[in-house]
Amino acid sequence: MARRAKGAGAETAGGLLLIAPPAIYALLLLAAPLLLLLTYSFLTDGYLEILREFTWANYSEAWTNPLYRGVMLRSLGVSALVTAATVLLAFPVAYFVSFHVDPARKSTWLFLITIPFWTSYLIRVFLWKVILGYNGVMNAGLMKLGIITEPLTFLLYNVNSVIITLAHAYAPFAILPIFVALEKIDRSLLEASQDLGESKIVSFLRVTLPLAMPGVVAAVLIVFIPTIGDYVTPQLVGGPEGRMVANLIQLQYLRLDNYPLGSALAISAMGIVAVISLIFLLLTRRYIRGPK
Amino acid sequence: MKGGIFRIYTIAYLVFLYAPIILLPIFAFNNATVIAFPLQGFTTKWFTQMWSEPGLWPALQNSLTVAISTAILSTVLGVLAARASTRYRFPGKAPVMGLIMLPLVLPEIIVAVSLLVVLLGIGVPLSILTIILGHVLMTTPFAIAILSSAFQGLDRSLEEAAYDLGETPVSAFRLVILPLVMPGIISSLLISFTLSLDEFIIAFFLGGTHVTLPVYIFSQFRFPAAVPVIMALGTLLVALSVLLLTIAEYYRRRGIAKSGGKDTGGFI
Repeated sequence: MARRAKGAGAETAGGLLLIAPPAIYALLLLAAPLLLLLTYSFLTDGYLEILREFTWANYSEAWTNPLYRGVMLRSLGVSALVTAATVLLAFPVAYFVSFHVDPARKSTWLFLITIPFWTSYLIRVFLWKVILGYNGVMNAGLMKLGIITEPLTFLLYNVNSVIITLAHAYAPFAILPIFVALEKIDRSLLEASQDLGESKIVSFLRVTLPLAMPGVVAAVLIVFIPTIGDYVTPQLVGGPEGRMVANLIQLQYLRLDNYPLGSALAISAMGIVAVISLIFLLLTRRYIRGPK
Repeated sequence: MKGGIFRIYTIAYLVFLYAPIILLPIFAFNNATVIAFPLQGFTTKWFTQMWSEPGLWPALQNSLTVAISTAILSTVLGVLAARASTRYRFPGKAPVMGLIMLPLVLPEIIVAVSLLVVLLGIGVPLSILTIILGHVLMTTPFAIAILSSAFQGLDRSLEEAAYDLGETPVSAFRLVILPLVMPGIISSLLISFTLSLDEFIIAFFLGGTHVTLPVYIFSQFRFPAAVPVIMALGTLLVALSVLLLTIAEYYRRRGIAKSGGKDTGGFI
């Protein structure tokens, strides 16, 4: 008994000793800064320095000024559309790799899918500008095929181009979790369903899809949360009507030097994202709990 | 052919994924300042011109310093965290691991501005070092994800055998565990390096006047005449990342083969 207690104590000590450096790093450089960001969002912006006076003014500005509210709502809308497009387009790809590819070649397919993600994000975004632009690849191709007679102008510098570019950038983030969930499905369940007379489509809807839901939920969150804060894509391909909340935060911090308002915008965006994610998790709770 | 319509769809999807990257070398070798079709003939002048770009070399040097330091630091932190979470039980494990992994789901701009506020608040001048601090925060979760799967595949009895043969925990770790997780460590180093080399927002906010390669590229996009050179640079960068990833993938597979596991997944 004593020996076991000592063993457990040594185990705890060993674990704590190992986790200490990364934990302290995260506490000092992540938790503390986030707390300070929260504090700043309640301070008053003076002319040259930040005044240590508590105020709600930054939040009321962030939530009632139509400019900020518009950008926030647009960011949410763009992220929602990007998430829907990315996850819906990714599902068949994950399904194909999990169900139709020879097990020995699965990792090669996944490797092919992940490669574009590891190449320079800035340059990929810029190339979408080349594809979607007025003299771009898309317009040139469509004109050559005779589908259109003059270049389309709605492709670039608006919300559409932001959605296309982000859906492209976040594709692997959607494919991988769905693939992992599909891989975990016991194939005999599908055979059982078909032995019991269900068609392939019904087995898919009643067996595969519910069992793949944890992956779909993870994919939705992994795409939705970071896309709200994306800076590069709206900056390069969004044009004035495609600006998102990260551009606003950058403007407040680096151009207007208004840290309190920038912090309030950042905290508000994070709060909204957290609330939406929690509601989404609650709504999909019954799929994630797993079989009883 | 297995998969029928799904195979066709997946190949179409891959075309969508690769479309921008395929265009990159096309424009890098195109003899025109304007990035548009029709192509104007073959040239390598953008690659030659790249050598004489004044801002490029300091930026590359900064980026390499940042990426190498980030790769080493985040892999060391990753080894500690992955070992702690896969081998030990201790109080507060879930919240602590949650905090360390948080940057994985936190928009980078939030990490960037919160660090900026702290650094300026305590009067730390912005430099290469501050970029490294931010990058380590962001790449450590990726390192942990890769290293956890390497540590998880370990057979605990190998370590116990080493103890029975008189090794101390430190020497057992060095002689038995480290060689077994080495493939994981190498792929963690390569992936942290690649992520850091490509990271823009944190470097943009925390670098001050110190410019990394992505910040340099971003600034060059404002000058249309500079873009073909950037396309040439991008082509080289893509070739380099593909090479590094192929090496990382090779080691990952070898690691799985070493620990006797079955290969079913990718990096994450």
